[in-house]
Amino acid sequence: MIEIKELHKSYKMGANSLHVLKGLNFSIKEGELVAIMGSSGSGKSTLLNILGMLDEADSGEYTLDGVPIKNLNETKAAKYRNKFLGFVFQSFNLINYKSALENVALPLYYQKVPRKQREEKALKYLEQVGLKEWAEHLPNELSGGQKQRVAIARAMAAEPKVLLADEPTGALDSKTSYEVMDLIQKINDQGNTILVVTHEEDIAHMCKRIVHLKDGVIVEDKKVEQVRASQYV
Amino acid sequence: MFDIERWQEILDTIRKNKLRTFLTGLSVASGIFILVILLGFGQGFRNGIAHEFAQDAATSVWVWPGTTTKEYKGLNPGRNIELRNADFEFSGELLKEDIELKSPRIFVRNVSVNYGNEALVYSVQGVSYQFQQIENEKISDGRFISYQDEVNTAKVAVIGNKIARDVFHDLDTPVGEFIDISGIPFKIIGSFTETEDREEERIFIPVTTAQRVFNGGDRLNNLAYTLPMAQSFDEAVARSVKFRSRLLAYLQQVHTVHPDDSNAIFIWSALEEAKRYYSLTDNIKLFFWFVGICTIIAGVVGVSNIMLIVVRERTKEIGIRKALGARPWSIVGMILHESIFITAISGFAGLILSMGLLEILGPHIEVDYIMNPSVNFSVAVSTVFVLVLAGAVAGFFPAWRAANIHTIDALRDE
Repeated sequence: MIEIKELHKSYKMGANSLHVLKGLNFSIKEGELVAIMGSSGSGKSTLLNILGMLDEADSGEYTLDGVPIKNLNETKAAKYRNKFLGFVFQSFNLINYKSALENVALPLYYQKVPRKQREEKALKYLEQVGLKEWAEHLPNELSGGQKQRVAIARAMAAEPKVLLADEPTGALDSKTSYEVMDLIQKINDQGNTILVVTHEEDIAHMCKRIVHLKDGVIVEDKKVEQVRASQYV
Repeated sequence: MFDIERWQEILDTIRKNKLRTFLTGLSVASGIFILVILLGFGQGFRNGIAHEFAQDAATSVWVWPGTTTKEYKGLNPGRNIELRNADFEFSGELLKEDIELKSPRIFVRNVSVNYGNEALVYSVQGVSYQFQQIENEKISDGRFISYQDEVNTAKVAVIGNKIARDVFHDLDTPVGEFIDISGIPFKIIGSFTETEDREEERIFIPVTTAQRVFNGGDRLNNLAYTLPMAQSFDEAVARSVKFRSRLLAYLQQVHTVHPDDSNAIFIWSALEEAKRYYSLTDNIKLFFWFVGICTIIAGVVGVSNIMLIVVRERTKEIGIRKALGARPWSIVGMILHESIFITAISGFAGLILSMGLLEILGPHIEVDYIMNPSVNFSVAVSTVFVLVLAGAVAGFFPAWRAANIHTIDALRDE
């Protein structure tokens, strides 16, 4: 599903250049649940941004579902994002003047789905994350865990090929974190490909594979025995 | 533009950001409101002036004598100039082609006017039969002095309606009654209305009668003329200026007055006076336009300012939308669509409000020199369009920049 070869990325910091990604190679197959681990500054967020087409690599190849991702302009990137990717962010990034339902329906608006179908579909995904009763509530009326579940529903509503989660539990307490991870595992069980960036060991072990980044290189890439989050909930 | 989904999305956003929408709308609406009111009063001022000048015939020229202040051809200054019948006749003959109507006037002073036992205190003026048109008096009863009356030195009088109301209120009509002027009975042959009461407190008798009966000799107090109408206002003014200078030159020559002596003979021309007022109103109109355009500019700056803040405030939302697959153009389109919609609605609201106000209050405004303020509808509508367009242009650049910020930076925006 995802294929990267010799990926390099550096940032200019004034006169100095900071080499963040130093030639990464890996691939992710359909249906995998991968954790990308590393301490802050290891380059994990940069990698996720490149995978999410929010940022562009300096060199290297990136293929997503057989489509080479290169020479992106904003319009093209927007099209691919809408078609291939769903995002879950640490800070939820819900639009605060829209209700939970409208937030979930938003990616469908950009897919030009008619309003009625948008709402039906959005409600279906809200139901999946257990927030059907909260559909008309604004984000600031929801708890952190509920917000993240809305964000996950929103990411899933577009039916993406890959779900990219950047520290999805970073702003949550451990009990809520496990609830969110439980949800992510269930979505993965349905066959969705998911990438989770985290620096928490227990969260990483709830995935099926851990890629360890340090100073811009992959130091470890191993399959792990998945810990089910449901046992903590 | 006609994408119903886009409209729903925008109406949603507007509904949920009422304060922001209200403030944007208010600055636009008040800008338009102030402009329209200003323009309306500029026009009202013009109407008022035009109305004031409509009272007398617009092309009238008046002559009255003064006192010389300059020594000339051996004659001392301080000489009183007296107009004579000859001045009237010869000037009329000399400038025949330029004159439409003409009349001399003589003030009959130191006479008592009585109606029965009642003493009347009104001015008596001897005039010619064309005087009625020169002063725009409207005959409401009977007739004015005729040429025959002048030739026959008839003892007839025409009175103003105020006199008719005050003195003859018991009668159906004053026509046919007799008043005594210095003991000589004059038959009332008509009454007239004027725009002002003061001008209705006059009694007109034929100029020939006034001279003969009251020892006037051939003296006159005023000469009055009207000029024929010209194609355009400017042409009329030019003719009036020429007529005035020829008339003045002739009278100065006849009365041996220094050509530069400005106190000996006065000539007043309604047209030139009107031109001064019209150019004044033009300047005032220009000033109102200037203020109005400054108001619009302030409105545009206000709108762009708000657009800037709106875009700034929505940077993160833009980032989220882009992460969810919005294209830059759809972001720009959404922001512009929203701003154009708000400015257009509120602009027209301001327009309707201000025009309604002018329409309702305008006809009731009764102040000197301001009459029926109103505004040209197409001018007002085009200012709304200018404002909407300016708001769109002003909103475009921040929107375009925001849409092209890296999604990742937009998302980090707090």
